[in-house]
Order: sequence, then C-alpha cells, then structure tokens
Amino acid sequence: MSASPANPAQELPAEGAELLEVRNIAKRFGAVDVLKNISLNIASGEFLTLLGESGSGKTTLLRLIAGFEQPSSGEIWMGGARLDVLPPYKRRVNTVFQNYALFPHLSARDNVAYGLRVKNTPGREINGRVEEALRMVKMLDFAANRPSKLSGGQQQRIALARALVNRPQLLLLDEPLSALDANLRKQMQSELKSLQREIGITFLFVTHDQEEAMALSDRIALLRDGALEQVASPREIYAHPATAYTAQFIGQTNLLRGEIRGSIATCGALRWPLEGTDGPAMFSLRPEAIRICTDGKRQTNEVKFRATVRQQFYGGSSELLEVDCGNGQTLRVRVPARGPLTGEHDFVFSMAEAIRVQE
Amino acid sequence: MSANSTSRRAPLLALYAVFVFAFIYSPIVVLVLYSFNRDGVGGFPPRHFTLNWYTQLFADSSIWDSVLNSLMVAAGSVALSLTLGLLAALALDRADFPGKALFRRLVLLPLILPGIITGLSLLMFAVFAGVQLRLLTVFWGHGTALISVATTELFAGLQKLDRAQEEASLDLGATPWQTFWRITLPNLKLSLIAAALLIFTLSMDEIAVTFFLIGRDNTLPLEIWARLRLGITPEINAISTLIFAVSVALIVIWYRLRARSLGDRSQEFLEQLGETS
Amino acid sequence: MYSRAYKSVVSVPPLLWVAAFLLLPYALMFAHSLWAVREGIIVHHWNLNNYKTLFTNPVYLEVLSRTLRIAASVTICSILLGYPLAYYLAFHAGTRKELLYQLVIVPLWVSYLVRGYAWKTILGSDGVLNGFLQYLHLTHEPVGFFLYSPFAVVLMLTHIYTPFVFLPIYAALEHIPRPLLEASQDLGAGSLQTFWRVILPLSMPGLLAGATFAFVLSLGDFLAPLLVGGPSGTMIANVVQSLFGAAFDWPLGAAISVGILVITISLLFLS
Repeated sequence: MSASPANPAQELPAEGAELLEVRNIAKRFGAVDVLKNISLNIASGEFLTLLGESGSGKTTLLRLIAGFEQPSSGEIWMGGARLDVLPPYKRRVNTVFQNYALFPHLSARDNVAYGLRVKNTPGREINGRVEEALRMVKMLDFAANRPSKLSGGQQQRIALARALVNRPQLLLLDEPLSALDANLRKQMQSELKSLQREIGITFLFVTHDQEEAMALSDRIALLRDGALEQVASPREIYAHPATAYTAQFIGQTNLLRGEIRGSIATCGALRWPLEGTDGPAMFSLRPEAIRICTDGKRQTNEVKFRATVRQQFYGGSSELLEVDCGNGQTLRVRVPARGPLTGEHDFVFSMAEAIRVQE
Repeated sequence: MSANSTSRRAPLLALYAVFVFAFIYSPIVVLVLYSFNRDGVGGFPPRHFTLNWYTQLFADSSIWDSVLNSLMVAAGSVALSLTLGLLAALALDRADFPGKALFRRLVLLPLILPGIITGLSLLMFAVFAGVQLRLLTVFWGHGTALISVATTELFAGLQKLDRAQEEASLDLGATPWQTFWRITLPNLKLSLIAAALLIFTLSMDEIAVTFFLIGRDNTLPLEIWARLRLGITPEINAISTLIFAVSVALIVIWYRLRARSLGDRSQEFLEQLGETS
Repeated sequence: MYSRAYKSVVSVPPLLWVAAFLLLPYALMFAHSLWAVREGIIVHHWNLNNYKTLFTNPVYLEVLSRTLRIAASVTICSILLGYPLAYYLAFHAGTRKELLYQLVIVPLWVSYLVRGYAWKTILGSDGVLNGFLQYLHLTHEPVGFFLYSPFAVVLMLTHIYTPFVFLPIYAALEHIPRPLLEASQDLGAGSLQTFWRVILPLSMPGLLAGATFAFVLSLGDFLAPLLVGGPSGTMIANVVQSLFGAAFDWPLGAAISVGILVITISLLFLS
C-alpha cells in the first residue's frame, strides 16, 4: 500500500454510499460453524455495532474483515474491490484491539507512528500526522511514555490514535471499552461517538453490551450462534424486535406466549382484538409499556387486566414490579417511583405495544 | 504466603538448608582458597598466600590457546544454534507439518540424553561421512546439540508473546517480514539473551560431545582434562577460579539486565493488563 | 494468519538440519549396534550378537547393575538434599527467598569439570579432607577410601545434580495455590498431614522430573568415574568409551549405547 493521499476525504466514498459488503460469509473451525452465511452491508460514515453474546461469532467476523482469518466461503468487498483476498497489511482497515495490543517496547508516540513508518512515509509527514492524532485523543503530554506507564484509559486512546493516524476507510473496534471501569467507560463512549462524527470514518464496533450498542450505534447487527438475528437502528430494534431472542437480549421484556383465534389474541388472562391467521403467537411487551390504571378506566386501544403485586424492586427514578395475573402468569411492570405498593391493582397497556415476535 | 502457618519459623529445616548450601558450596570454596595456597593443593589449613599459580597460568600458552579455541567454538555455537533454534521455535509455535511431534522430541534429545550418546552418534556420522575431526566438527556438534536449548528457551518466549501484537503490526500495514524484525524479535529479546548466555556457558563447559569430536586442538575443558590425568596442580585451581569468576560475572550481568528491562516495561505492562481486565 | 511461505521458511531449515545431523546419527548408532567387527574392520553384517553378548557376559551385567545402583543412589541423595531445601525456600524463606534461589542456581553455571576436580582435591589421600582430619588429630594416617570408590562417584554426582533436582521441585511447590494449604488446615489437618496429603502429591510431578533427570544423566556419566571413581567405580559409559577407543568394538559399544538410550527414553515416557 502506498502512502496515503494528503486529503483522505477525496478518496472516501460519499457519506451514505456503500463501503463494505459482506457476502454469504461462512467460517468453520474444524467441525464448528462459527459463522453461517452472513450477509451485511455497511455504509460509509456509519457507526455499526456487531452485538452478541460470547461465542456468537462477532469477533470472528471482525477478524475476517481485518484479514487475520480466511472465510471458509463467501466474499468481502470494500469500495468496489475484493477485500478477503488481500493480506491484512494491504487492507485499508485498521483495528483497535480488545486489550489494545500496544507494542511494549515502543513509546506511545512510536506506537502511533508505527503504521506510517512501515509504509516508508516521509519523516516530516509522520511527525505532523502523529502530532495531529495524539492531539485528537488528547495524549500529546504522554507521547514519550511507554505503554506500561499509561493507565488503561490512556492506553485506549493511544490504541485509537495508532489506528486512526493511518486514515483507514474502516475502523474495527473489538470490545475496546471492556477493559475499562464503568465510569471511564461511559466517558470513553461519549468521546468515541463525537470523534467518529468529527472525522467521519466508518466504525465497525464489536460489543456484548447492549446498552453500549444502543448508546453508540447508527445501526446494530445482532448475532446469535453465528447467524444474523436482526439488523436495524437502535430505536427500531428496541421498538420492533423481530424475534423473541432480540426482544430479550435488547432491554427487558415480557414474552407472552398465546394464540390468535378469530381475530382475538389470547395470552393467559390477557385478551385483545388482533387481525391475523389463527394459530399460536408470541408477543413482546416492554415493562414500561404497562402502567397502573388508577381510575379503572381504559382507552379504546388499551388492554386492561387485574393483577397482584408480588415483588417490588426499587430503581431510583423508576421501580420494577412483578405482578401476578392469576394462573401463575407473571408480568414485569416498570412504573415511575411511587412508594410501596401491595395488593390487587388494575393495569393497562396499549395494544400496539404488544409486538408480535417470532420464536 | 499470607497464611501464618506457612511462614512460621522452622529452625530445624533452616539448619538443614544451611547444611545443603554448605555441601553445594564447599568444593567451590576449597577450590578458590587453594588457588592462593603456596604449598599447593591439599593439606590443611591452607597457609602462605601466593599469586604464583596465577602468574604461572598466565604464562601458560597452551591453556590460552585452548581458551581461544573454546571461545571460538562457543561463539559459533551461539550463532548456529540460536538461528536454527529460533526457526524451530517459530515452526513449533505456528506451523503444522508432518512429523511435528517427532521433530519436537528429536530436537530435545541432546538435552535429555547423556552426552556420550549424542557425542558417539555424531562421531559415527562424521566417520561415516569421511569428515576429518577438528575444531570445526566440535563447533558442528555443539551447535547441533544446543539447538535444544535455544528451541526450548525461545519457544517459551514465543508462547508468552501476545499474538495480537503481531496482528496489530500487520493491521497497521507492516509486512510479515517487517513485523518479524520490528515486533517479534524485540519482544523475544530477553529469551534470545538468555538462550545465548546459556548456550555460550554450556558450550564453554562441554566435555562429553567434545571428547569424541575433537581433533588435535584442545578446548579449555579438554585441556584441563588432559592435565588432570597427569596429576593435580594448583594451576588448575587458578584457571577454575577464573572460570568461576567469569560465570558469576555473567550471571550478575544477566540478572541486572533482566531486572532492568523487566522492571522497565514488560512486567508492569502485564500487571497493568491484569488489573484492568 | 501466517502464510504458507512463512511457515516453510521457518520449518524447512531446522527440519533438514535435525534430520541430517540428529536423526541420521542416532539411526547410525542403531545400525552399528547390528553390525560386527571382523579382524579389526566393521562389517555390515546384520546380526543381534552384540545384544546377546551384552545380556550374557557377566562383566557387562555387573557393571550395568553397579551403574544402576550408583544412579539410584545419586537420585535418592539428590532428592534428600534438594526436596527439603526447595520446601524451605518455598514456604519458610520469606524475603530472602529470591537471593537463596539464585544461590542454588549459581553452581549450575560453574563448570562440571571444575566441580569434579574440586572433589578430587578434597577427597584425595593428601587432599583437603584428610589434611583436615589429621589437623584435628582425628586420624593419623590418610584415609584412602574417600577417593577412587563408588562412594566418591555418588558424592560428586549428587553434588552436581542436587540443584537440578531442586529446580523442578521448587517450581512445583511454588505453584501450589496457598489457599489449598489453608483449606487443609481449616479442615483440621496438621502440618505433617498437610504435607503428606496435599503438598507432596501436588509436588510429585516436579519431584519425578528432577529424579528422572538426575537418574538419566548419572546413568550415562563417564567423567565422574574417570575423575574420582577408580577401577571399582567404573560405570557402563566407561565401558562404551573404551569399546570406542582402545578396544575398538564400535558395534558392541553402539549396542550398549542403544541400551542406555532405551532405558532413558522409557524412563522419560514413564515420568
């Protein structure tokens, strides 16, 4: 790969144009299918998160794109050219590693300069770009330190600068925040998000933390056992989960198992009118979609039921109730914090909030 | 070590430890002491301090010829076995090939087998191939036998090396060759130095293999050996004391080096990683 | 992640070298053991006579059994010295642990020959030990049996191999998680019971490794007998050495070597 052009923006595809295309990728390790026929597009400038439990294949997909693994079948294209046939060092893709993988024998500055040096970039240009990258992550003051002298958060920033200084078309981030403690993590999330907006580089972010994924991403690709479960924006995926797994993995939910018969949905004690062919059905109903009905009245599009409060979990601004609708059917209800609550109450939810999901 | 019971004083055990240390060190002490004894080896107590044996030693050209021979063989062995050992360690760490298990065991055999077996096998090979025995055959024998040491040491170093380091390098655009020189080798520095020191020392001290592969020129141990057969002289105490001093100096240098570079970075780095994750 | 070219570059040279200069020589040793000597020339006449001689000639059998006894004695003595030392360092040495550890290592770097020579000067009839005994008036005549005896060989080899035995035992003891010892005591075991039931079993791999090492290397030693052993301390490797030297019967020497090799490898497999 030759030295990067002076103005990388010219080379980048226009915002929103397709940058990366993963076509029918499968990966087997021995007898294990780690990835099964994955197809995914990433638009230029997008912040896309691969979300999944450990073992779901998200890191493997990232490593395939970085070039550390070869797909068993399928292709990866970037900017109109085959990517999967190139060795990692010829890809305009850079990675922020999970434990940063900073070179312990090099200073922070030399770590950042590494990618430019190995490509024989002129010395003056290296200095300028390294300086710029260090300033961007607010690490100019620590440039001379070895990685061992840096805190976890500082190492994280250097790892980011080391990748970004090469002006990659696509930045891969492999659970980059998982090693940080909770407070630092929140702060880095916010910085990462604004940095991405500022420089406009496409981010492919891997995490197992659904809150992090919701907070940062333009779109989330949820992986389950090596297959894509759903790809959508955070709001869409939360409001309209396609499957029971998605509904449970992202946020909390009540999964209602029941049936539709004669345009009536029945789930235990709950019944409401719904168009649809007769047969078994499953619904996701978020706890916050249910409210306590104090006056005993309901709107026309609402479902009312009576239930006994069994448990109450205080959560600061809100509290979570576990209520029993009879016949052992338990629902979780999130209400604004309101003090101790016992006995039977009326609850209502809007019919539109009961999202029909696949099992 | 927090348990009181395990750090309790054990006077009997301590006494025994002192006894073992005395056993380990008494021959060395005797050796050094008598190298300064005018009346030579033996007799008790040593009387009359002298440096005569050392002056005699420094004038003894055949000893110094043998020292030179040993140094050449040792330096050559370090180069040869380190190169092949590094390749072998890389191969064991990252390549799969038929006979890998056999290869791993075979490489280690000279380390585990009594020296005489390896020495004789190499002798038979040399004779079979019609090679004349000389210093070069000793170098060949040492270099081959000590690949075992280089491989073990460097393989251990590679196992500790974080694979993500090399991936990061490739990811940043470095070719595999650049990655090897800029990342893999610097990370192996400690193992390389350790292996080099060990190979050097072992080669300087090797007798069993040398015994069968030597031609007319003697290495230092064989020169000493030849003189021992003629009888004990304090000159040998003197050269042994010097060898001991050099060995100890090498060890001290090695620990200083290791302590510094470890303290400097890798240790702390690893600790920090451990803390954060 | 590593390309095929990378893998061949790193594996082919050491493979070829090891095949040519280790595998082939060892194979040649085996081949020799199946050949014969006729009128001072080695003839490639395949037979098992060398092994037959080895197992029927009482001289060889006696030397072999003495060698095994010496190697066993060295192993036991090294363990008796090395294990308590390792135990002391691992559990009782406190802050001096590191220093003491280095002190055990240092002699490993001191020439084998030099250490052997030191024993020769100590044990000889006009040596340091005899001088010391006469100085104290404990004896009036030099004691002759110190040097040139199986005892001297065992002493010298024990001195050489004690640090070797110490190392793996110490490593094993250090790796025993300390909470296990607390758990054992918590469950009512005394110190001695904790040692027998927890520490000793957990350090067994280290003990076996060290013991195997000491046994195998003593088994094949030919320098200690030459230095301090005398005729009564001759070991099997000395026989091999003389068969390859003055006696010029390489095939028989090779057969004995193969015997040593087989004992060594089977021990390594067992431990």
